[in-house]
Order: sequence, then C-alpha cells, then structure tokens
Amino acid sequence: MTPGEIAALLTEKFGSRVLESKPDAINPWSAVEPSAILEIAQFVRGDARLSMDHLELLGGVDYRDRIEVVYILFSMTQRHRYTLKCRLPREAPTIHTVESVWGVANWHEREAYDMFGIIFEGHSDLRRILCPDDWEGYPLRKDYKFPTSYRDMPV
Amino acid sequence: MGVLEGKFEDNVFITSLDWIFNWARSSSPWPLSFGLACCAIEMMATGAPRYDMARFGAEVFRGTPRQADVMIVAGTVSLKMATRLKRLYDQMASPKYVISMGSCANKGGPYWKHGYHVLKGVDLVVPVDVYVPGCPPRPEALLEGIITLQKKIRNESIAKNKAGVA
Repeated sequence: MTPGEIAALLTEKFGSRVLESKPDAINPWSAVEPSAILEIAQFVRGDARLSMDHLELLGGVDYRDRIEVVYILFSMTQRHRYTLKCRLPREAPTIHTVESVWGVANWHEREAYDMFGIIFEGHSDLRRILCPDDWEGYPLRKDYKFPTSYRDMPV
Repeated sequence: MGVLEGKFEDNVFITSLDWIFNWARSSSPWPLSFGLACCAIEMMATGAPRYDMARFGAEVFRGTPRQADVMIVAGTVSLKMATRLKRLYDQMASPKYVISMGSCANKGGPYWKHGYHVLKGVDLVVPVDVYVPGCPPRPEALLEGIITLQKKIRNESIAKNKAGVA
C-alpha cells in the first residue's frame, strides 16, 4: 500500500484518534492518540492489508514542549513502511507497552525508558538497559544535567 | 627423554634471582581480553599472523583475570564498564600490569567534553604502566607498548614493589 492509502485506512478505522497524518513526508507518518496505541498496534499488525509484522524502531524524541514516542513499522510481506507517533506530556510521559504485539519492543521500550524516562505501562521488565541501574536522570532529555561524578569517579 | 636432557651435564648456571624472575615475567605477558571498542580490532590484528604478537610471548589472550598478567584496556571505558574493569583488575594475580590503549582509555578521547557516560582516562580507576596513543593505535604502536612494558618489567626487582619502594 502507498503511504496515502495507509493514512486513509487508519483515519477510516480510528477516526479522530488519528490526530494528524503526513503521508508525503520522507518518512510518512501519522500521529495517533497515545491511549489508543495498543489497539492501533494490534490492528496494523493483524490487518491483512497492512500486515506490519516488523517493528524496525521504537524511540523517543524530546521536543522540549512534549515527548514523542516513534514507532517505525515495516511489513515483510507487503514491503511497505510507515511511522506512528504518540505525543506525550513532558511532565509524565506514560504510554501502554506494545510488547504483546511486537516482542522486540521489550528492549526498545527499555531503551526509551532509560534515555527519556518514558514509562511503558504493562511492560514485563521495565529497567534501564544501557545506563547502570543506579544512574540518575534521563540522558537524552534536552534539560539533562551532566553528572560530575559517578561512584566516586569524576566525569 | 626431554630435549634438554644430557646437554648441560657439565655446566653450572649462575644468575640473579631478579634476572630470572624478570626474564620469566617479561617473556610471557599474557593479556586479559579487554576489547571495548575499535581499538580491539587493532588489538586482534596485532595478535593475528601479520603482526604476530606471539613473537613477544604476549599472544595468549586469557578469558579470565586469574590467568592474565597484563590488562590491555583497548577502547572506550564507560562508567558502567569502569566498575567491572576495577573488579577484574582486582581479581588479577600479582604481578599485574595495565596497558592503556588508545585515546579513549588514555584520557576519554573524543568523549572528553560531551561523554557524560565515559570515564576520562582509565588511570582514574587502575594504575597504568604504559600508555599507547592513537585513535586507534596501529598494531606497531601496540607492539611498541608491549615492548616498552617488557623493558619496564626487566628493570624491576622482586625486593621492591612496583612503586620502587622496598
């Protein structure tokens, strides 16, 4: 399917819960309602026309006024790629996990939690994946303050 | 029937204890596998036949600190790894040596300013005997570092510790 068709299908299925679509971007995307992410994820994976069986990337972006979770999806059978975005409030970025839809989301969500402090509700094992367990702060946030020392080691 | 049997029957060997210890230690500095980044690729090349670290007795990369004599810190040491690095160094048996390979291990390298997670020099955690500069150093440079370490070992005395204090 072309990006335009995917965007139209999502809008037809989920209506106002698809907030914005930009199918003519370099990476075509749709911004969707965060509370609907699990339902939408199950749909795009299960629907025969979309068949998004591969989560290429799940990442966070800090836009200073909001935090976004980006899902880059690819279909091995249909050979098309599409991106979903969820805009979260910066104070309490919380969204439901999509681990049950794509198993690979487990580690990706741990990384997004590690770097941006995004809480994935229902995640089976939400701990830091790259930074040490006792690390403070979320390093990829724009307002992150570099630590001066870690366990008596100067930084 | 050993190869040396019967060859030295009429000879007497005289040497100093220091000399024989230093000869033994400097002739086989077995490294601990500590490849952390791209420096490890050069370290592997150093161990491979073209540069052949075996010529200096240092080809036996050990997977356990208990059997290693020298820790070649080859690459970027993150703070998370630094805690492990210190523990592995503590587990090595004396005499033990450290070669800091490459700019990252020496002083943080390109992560000097913005690397919030990088240790700015492995000498902040363990004592370093030889620094090998480069990003990454070529195999010749690492060999030079090993030879420098061997020279250093040959000047030691078992009556003194590494700091030169009796």
